[in-house]
Amino acid sequence: MKIHEFQAKEWLKQYGIPIQDGITVQDKAGIKSAIDKVAEELGSKAFIIKAQVHAGGRGKGGGVKFAANKEEALSLAHEILGMQLVTPQTGAEGRLVKKIMITEALDIDKEFYLAIALDRSKAMYSYIVSEAGGMDIEEVAQKTPEKIIRYSVNPAYGSALPAYQARLLAFRLRLDPKAQAFKDALKIFTKLYKLTLELDASLVEINPLVLTKAGRLIALDAKMNFDDNALYRQKQILAMRDLDEEDPDELAAQKYNLNFIKLKGNVGCMVNGAGLAMATMDIIKLKGGSPANFLDVGGTASSETVKNAFSIILADPNVKTILINIFGGIVRCDRVAQGVVDAQKSLARKVPIVLRLVGTNADIAKKIIDESGLSIISVQHLEEAANEAVQLANKG
Amino acid sequence: MSILVNKDSRVIVQGITGQEGSFHGEQCALYGTQLVGGVTPGKGGQKALSMQVPVFDTVYAARQATACNVSLIFVPAAFAGDAILESMDAGMELIVCITEGIPTKDMLGVYDRIQKSNSRLIGPNCPGLLSPDEAKVGIMPGFIAKKGNVGIISKSGTLTYEAVDQLTQLGIGQSTCIGIGGDPIIGSKMDDLLSLFHADPETEALVLIGEIGGAMEIEAALCYAELTTKKPVVAFIAGETAPAGRRMGHAGAIISGADESAAAKKKFMRSKGIHVVDSPADIGKTMQALLA
Repeated sequence: MKIHEFQAKEWLKQYGIPIQDGITVQDKAGIKSAIDKVAEELGSKAFIIKAQVHAGGRGKGGGVKFAANKEEALSLAHEILGMQLVTPQTGAEGRLVKKIMITEALDIDKEFYLAIALDRSKAMYSYIVSEAGGMDIEEVAQKTPEKIIRYSVNPAYGSALPAYQARLLAFRLRLDPKAQAFKDALKIFTKLYKLTLELDASLVEINPLVLTKAGRLIALDAKMNFDDNALYRQKQILAMRDLDEEDPDELAAQKYNLNFIKLKGNVGCMVNGAGLAMATMDIIKLKGGSPANFLDVGGTASSETVKNAFSIILADPNVKTILINIFGGIVRCDRVAQGVVDAQKSLARKVPIVLRLVGTNADIAKKIIDESGLSIISVQHLEEAANEAVQLANKG
Repeated sequence: MSILVNKDSRVIVQGITGQEGSFHGEQCALYGTQLVGGVTPGKGGQKALSMQVPVFDTVYAARQATACNVSLIFVPAAFAGDAILESMDAGMELIVCITEGIPTKDMLGVYDRIQKSNSRLIGPNCPGLLSPDEAKVGIMPGFIAKKGNVGIISKSGTLTYEAVDQLTQLGIGQSTCIGIGGDPIIGSKMDDLLSLFHADPETEALVLIGEIGGAMEIEAALCYAELTTKKPVVAFIAGETAPAGRRMGHAGAIISGADESAAAKKKFMRSKGIHVVDSPADIGKTMQALLA
């Protein structure tokens, strides 16, 4: 799960990590008083207006702007709040900006990159720090990998980062051990680690972490992702979920316990198991077609789940045909077949269906399909299934 | 022959009185696995399944009474990490955790300790293991498998069944099929099991099924390149068409320095002599050609 910058900053603040502060606004009527308040309480003469969307690359799309005074801030805030923000991560359609953060502007001397992320290979959390802050870190990693410092922390330490490791990171960033910024860095590294573990974060990123002209280290931006498996014990994180940032079709699928991701093609897919679902999409592409979605009906596909899956797939007008690929291990094919037949009778919109059921009770399933009188193309092999579906989709 | 589980394996189920544990425990026993007992705290002394196997309060008590050496875990996610540690401390040789949804942080601690112990962990979030005609320790459908000489290592569930089915249809049997699990942190990785299968004289060839995300397939290819005698490996990597950016933050990939896309993995594996197929329908055929 992702949260917004302003929410991530609330967490940083709570853990005692200094942030570039500000006020979050949802409607235009609140803009002016927010600017006045930032000026008054934070003593800032200049401002930064920042769009609050989950997609990265906000600055590149014009969603983050500097205002030299209150008047500029007012007009920029009006411009950004409600805009359709297009960034390298949103796709061409962009994302509607429903919230903005109006923050103080700081005098910056230097920018660093700081993140804690899960290193799957080592099975440890790792720090990533760099003196090349404020930039796209993936680009830095690609062009100048020597500028990126990685450091793993053994899980046996619990949520307490050993002091020497914090010092090591601060030295690697070439901070002066006599300066206040060095002390700030130790505190930030230690607290950020504690936060990551205590909140079950999978990624915490501060980019940039700035050294101000006054010699202090401050988090200018913040991004946090959380482990979905741990949300049951992170109620405060779960409460920060913003449904506006999620795809409405995917949300509907979640209600039915279906794992669904919408794509741009025209072959609808209904598969059990994530791996087989991806493999089915891959073979559709290989046969010259294009999948309309990823959909995993899960390990207990019943007649009800199949019906729900149909309605979600058919909500996409691009879908020309549906390929159903079920490998019945625990799942019984006859139940799936019954679900397909029931759904076909009750659904308003009908598209050709290619059905492949293998495994437990596949023979009974075939009989149910054959006797239903519905025009369902029943196939035996995966390749055949993909060929049929692609041909149907390209024809329609 | 097989690796890790065979007809001599003495298996217990942790969570045997729960819905999943009792259903799949029963299926394992019916397959012919030596299912010698189960554990549910507070239900010690009872009997479970139609075979009336004894239930114990602790894994330690089960081990004392039954000399079990393999544990199969169906405990809910919030308690599964603890269940793995209990089995490890009781000295179980093999721990197979089917449970899906264990928080990553819990697994980091578990993984660290398992590495320092004598126990091997398979999973979590996996379908378990199947050595055809010997033992089934997990949830794989036994009827699709056939005894033989191809080892299977897979991140996926139903895609594994697809691969097994293709092989069986062509008359190619399997030594052991292992579903290692799709979670970010798992007990046994591909490279590790690849080496185990290479040490098994009865396994002649291998099928490797991976997917996007993580660097495990790359590590397996590196491990394969180092082996002095190589058995033929057919691999499929799912997710060529999966949309980018749906995975966990890219910072994870930056750390490992690996490109986690399907295309990058396939290219690297091919460069190390692994027969990577583009179509999931070609796994069986390709193996058949290699064995001919």
